[in-house]
Amino acid sequence: MNLDRGRVRAVFRKELREYRRRRTIVIGMAIFPLIFLIQPLIATFSLASSASGQLAQRHELLYLLAIPALVPTTLAAYSVVGERQQGTLEPVLSTPVRREEFLLGKALAVLVPTIVIAYGVFGVFVACVELFAQPGVAPALLRGSDVLAQLIFTPLLAGWSVWLGLAISTRASEIRVAQQLGILTNLPSILVTTLLALDTIHPTLAIAIGGAVLLLVLNGVGWRVTSAMFDRERLIIGSR
Amino acid sequence: MYFLIRWLIRRLKRRAAAPAPGAVPPPDQPMVRAPGDRLVSPDRTAAPSAGREGAALSVRNLGKRFGDRIAFQDVSFEIGYGEVFGFLGPNGAGKTTTVRTLGTLIRPSSGSATIAGIPLTPENGVEIRRRISVMPEAPGLYQRLSVAENLECFAGLYEVPGGQDRIGRVLRAVGLADRAGDACGSLSKGLRQRVALARALLPDPQVLFLDEPTSGLDPVAAHDVHELIGELRRSGVTIFLTTHRLEEAERLCDRVAILNTTLRTVGRPDELRDRLFAKTLTVTTVAPLPEPGRVFGGLPGVDGWRQDGASGYVLAVSDPAVAAPAATKALVAAGADVLSIGESRHSLEDVYLELISEDAEARRR
Repeated sequence: MNLDRGRVRAVFRKELREYRRRRTIVIGMAIFPLIFLIQPLIATFSLASSASGQLAQRHELLYLLAIPALVPTTLAAYSVVGERQQGTLEPVLSTPVRREEFLLGKALAVLVPTIVIAYGVFGVFVACVELFAQPGVAPALLRGSDVLAQLIFTPLLAGWSVWLGLAISTRASEIRVAQQLGILTNLPSILVTTLLALDTIHPTLAIAIGGAVLLLVLNGVGWRVTSAMFDRERLIIGSR
Repeated sequence: MYFLIRWLIRRLKRRAAAPAPGAVPPPDQPMVRAPGDRLVSPDRTAAPSAGREGAALSVRNLGKRFGDRIAFQDVSFEIGYGEVFGFLGPNGAGKTTTVRTLGTLIRPSSGSATIAGIPLTPENGVEIRRRISVMPEAPGLYQRLSVAENLECFAGLYEVPGGQDRIGRVLRAVGLADRAGDACGSLSKGLRQRVALARALLPDPQVLFLDEPTSGLDPVAAHDVHELIGELRRSGVTIFLTTHRLEEAERLCDRVAILNTTLRTVGRPDELRDRLFAKTLTVTTVAPLPEPGRVFGGLPGVDGWRQDGASGYVLAVSDPAVAAPAATKALVAAGADVLSIGESRHSLEDVYLELISEDAEARRR
């Protein structure tokens, strides 16, 4: 199958233009990360210099991995069912666009802003810790392995979350149902990142590599499975 | 980093060379196309069917069921290149489902079709959609995006070469060049319909499916759309026109089909009239004729007659050109004061109503 980059770009650009015109989307995307930024910052600022030793057993940074898991959920869940309810899906599906191209354009349009926001929030967190945390806390908290995990897992978790949301969106008949299901299906990802941050699951190199490979595979499978679930006839006629 | 910088420089250069997003050629041109402002590729304008063999659309026993419900069945017809084909039928007759099936949006349950020379199969969906364009009944525009942005998106999806230039042309064609920057949500229903038409014209399609293109348009805008359809026909575009406006179909279409789940008839409007209704002459006199049987009986070309009101007569004729002069002479010879004599004209609406009422009658039985 040959993907046409022009068609993927057309879907991607259209989506970004729509985000720009909808303030509620931008606000919705910004609120979740801010909530997830506040708790780790408060916890970090309350640490005394002497507590830096305890930080060796904690992975506060990994809390922030909930951001790429949560931010794209509602947007991805809206993507297809939203167009269907607006009545804009039929003209788009009447063009030569393949379902894989359509879904990839949609996925990238959610993924790119999510990664920018997640990295941005991470940057703000690092800057705040470096500038305002007690002496000794920053070097103990911002360990190379945790920073690397943040950088690698952000796009992988976001991608998985996007494909889950899109898969739900191709089958749902109502926007609200799709969004609620989207959030529900992302809870396991958030649970795992939280357990890692609390050291309930002790993060090791093997877990990190295994998790990254698994997410990489799930992203590829997610695209294929969502494409297979995307049925033009069902989406146009509206049968369940 | 090196590649990122190179990519950024390339993008900046491209942006500097390209027209600004949403920009269309300046609206100093007239609302209607200027001479040479072509909507279809020049090679197609040479002759409607130049270089193309066979039918633009060939449908054989096509049908679609949704579970137990039959949307349409056993539909067969052929449409030549450059033909305007009207597709008529009551609500729920299966017209939109037929268009969606031919537009590869839904799978047929039975039968076969060839669209722009390509067999209708799931594997050929992309190739078929490259050659056709569908304007659905509801415009389906992105309300928050401007007219130009909507068209830019679809120019990308259709891989239209020279996107901005083409967008400018189709906008001028539908008289919206000066509204390119307006958000679609701020347009009236009629203007949105025009944007949807512009979108359908973007890819320079071989077969254009128009589902109720003048729905919601005022008479002047509807007239403009009719003119545009006429021009597209002259340019060799095959048009499949679904409409409820029978006078529109009669005026624009080379042939029409009437669908009521099954195909009731296909043909030229005048052919259908002749097929369904006997030719008649209507005669009106000032006073009732004392012996109409003696006046109309045995006239050449007249097969029979009946009274219609006090001093009106309807003559069933085989050839009006022979019957009308003979009836005039007979009336004058009988000393009748003739008010009018003329051939009765049945409209496409009469044909439509006759066929649909036959179906309703059959269902009642």
